[in-house]
Amino acid sequence: MRKIGLLVAGVAALGMALGQANVIKIATQSPLSGPQAALGEQIKLGAELAIEEAKAKFKALGFDLVLVPYDDQANPDVGVANANRIINDPDILGVVGHLNSGVAIPSSEVYARVNLVMVSPANTNPRVTDRKLPNVNRICGRDDVQGPVGAEYAFNNLKVKNVFVIHDKTAYGQGLAEEFKKRLEALGGKAVAFVGTEETSNFVPIINQIRGARPVPELIYFGGIYSQIGPFVKQLRERGVKTRVMGGDGLDSSEFVRLAGKENAAGTFYTTVAGPVSAFPKAKAVAQRFKQKYGKDLEGFGIYAYDSANVLLAALEAAIKAAGNKKPTREQVAQAVRQVKMEGLTGTIEFDDKGDNKKAKYFVMQVASTGNWADNKLIRVIEMAAPGAR
Amino acid sequence: MLEQILALLPQVIFDGFILGFVYAMVALGYTMVYGVLELINFAHSEIFMIGAVVGVEVFRYLAPHVGNGFLLLFIALVLGGVVAGITAILVERFAYRPLRARGTTNRLVPLITAIGVSFILQDLVRLVEGLWHNEFFLRMRTVEDLEGSIELFGGAIFAQSKSFILMGVSILMLLGLTYLVNRTKLGVAIRAVAQDLQTASLMGIDPDRIISRTFLIGGSLGGVAGVLFALQYTTITPYVGFLPGIKAFTAAVLGGIGNIPGAMLGGLVLGQLENFFGTYLPILTSGNFGTEYKDVVAFLILIFILLVRPQGLLGQVVREKV
Repeated sequence: MRKIGLLVAGVAALGMALGQANVIKIATQSPLSGPQAALGEQIKLGAELAIEEAKAKFKALGFDLVLVPYDDQANPDVGVANANRIINDPDILGVVGHLNSGVAIPSSEVYARVNLVMVSPANTNPRVTDRKLPNVNRICGRDDVQGPVGAEYAFNNLKVKNVFVIHDKTAYGQGLAEEFKKRLEALGGKAVAFVGTEETSNFVPIINQIRGARPVPELIYFGGIYSQIGPFVKQLRERGVKTRVMGGDGLDSSEFVRLAGKENAAGTFYTTVAGPVSAFPKAKAVAQRFKQKYGKDLEGFGIYAYDSANVLLAALEAAIKAAGNKKPTREQVAQAVRQVKMEGLTGTIEFDDKGDNKKAKYFVMQVASTGNWADNKLIRVIEMAAPGAR
Repeated sequence: MLEQILALLPQVIFDGFILGFVYAMVALGYTMVYGVLELINFAHSEIFMIGAVVGVEVFRYLAPHVGNGFLLLFIALVLGGVVAGITAILVERFAYRPLRARGTTNRLVPLITAIGVSFILQDLVRLVEGLWHNEFFLRMRTVEDLEGSIELFGGAIFAQSKSFILMGVSILMLLGLTYLVNRTKLGVAIRAVAQDLQTASLMGIDPDRIISRTFLIGGSLGGVAGVLFALQYTTITPYVGFLPGIKAFTAAVLGGIGNIPGAMLGGLVLGQLENFFGTYLPILTSGNFGTEYKDVVAFLILIFILLVRPQGLLGQVVREKV
């Protein structure tokens, strides 16, 4: 037994010795394969660009900055397994991610064990920050504001009363749809149905329900991801149903147009917490560098990931200086993140005591008929504080 | 509530038939292989998926060159059937035949092999499509000619022309298969091998060849079903075969596995059940149970049917082979 104990201690010591003093790693976690890879890749590349640009500055401080991307496959189990690997790498001092709230919630509990700080560009479920973990932060908005923003736009501007609500049964989709429904009903509207589905190919039963629903729905709200809403909208239009469709930020990907078809996608409304490049004048130059480097357009979550990474970098810099030009501990970095106040591409970033951005932006968008995602019309921008911190 | 149900009923039954025919076509493949080898070939779900992927690729590459949508679909059906059929033969040749040659008598071994092959095929297609187009979701290209639709019975049924194509093709396939099995020499040989492999081989039949052909026929039917599925439901992933495959297998068991008309009937029953509960569950339970429970209810009913009639709807009680 003692030999085993010695061995374990030896391996642990070796592990620590391998953690090099002058290397600082930042991890990203997002789906890089599978159905949601299109959104997840934006997060990875956005963070990568920010880190590439900061390399020289950190070299001057005496540190090599390295990005380590992890693929959480939009799956909570994989996310937690990766999180365990991440916390065992002592050089990793911060995480940018995740895409899915359902993955971020359990993974962030693993990070919390070692005070590893996480800055999220995309997790919108209220529970992400409502747990008040000291290491969890986000710069995007929340579903309990995003859902209501959609409901208010639908009720006040589109003048719809009866809405058919669908969700994908995930923490994200169902949460969003519930918040939408709550506000709609508070305003005096009615959810004629509230249906969950995990279906990915055959939406015929739901479309039939929509056709048979009384009172006739004037809008369909779908809390889910483009991978489901795309085929749904295509089949809906093919079956001659012309009811308007609205979704949340899960729809915010050019893949939506490809799956639904240009003419079917046109006119779809969506709310998002990550506005398009056109909404941020400062993002233009970054978008050009992004396109040059990766051959892809910078989309909403990419911009937010770029900012998230910069928040981490600013905190790192402050923590390094506070520690007397030595490598800071994870706890010091986590504390420094809460102190950050900076102007990002997306506006002022400053965290409240829960880790929410003090004022986040929410966008109402409409899909363009050109089929080009960048042409989508920005209908309105609402800046609002997170509930509880108001 | 009743009024709402009745108003939708014709549409629900119509859509149930479409889904049912898809299941029926896939079920034919399960039932044929089971009839001959008593093997549940779970890889058949992926043969179906490969057919669907071939359909998408044919539409992607040939649509700009072939003006006529029906000709295009015909090419897709033929190619989908051929590629899926060949894949099925290869699976049989390299996964199942070596086990048979070794005289493995344990029923579980080929079953597990089948599950393994099914995973391999899924990830192979995912890899190929990922490298080729960097796409996970494959979208069936829309072709004008096939997009027509009509309203029947004063708007009670909204029907797309591609739905009629699907039904027509699957009925033709059933008739063709029934003819093949009952009236041709190959059919006699297939039935002989199904009856008793050893004795059949003593009568001058090469069982390996017959088994290979059975896989070819079952696989092509699955492939054609895949193309039609892609046309009807428009978005395909490498994992799209799993659920329809399991349901088609259930349909084959429900109809009486090994029985060809039974597979067709089982598929139709299952399609109707699924579509019926998918549409009506929220209405019947006033929103407490949503569409997501459609499979649960459909399978509960299936379990009940099988409790009452374990041999399946059209199946016969299997007698000891003499």
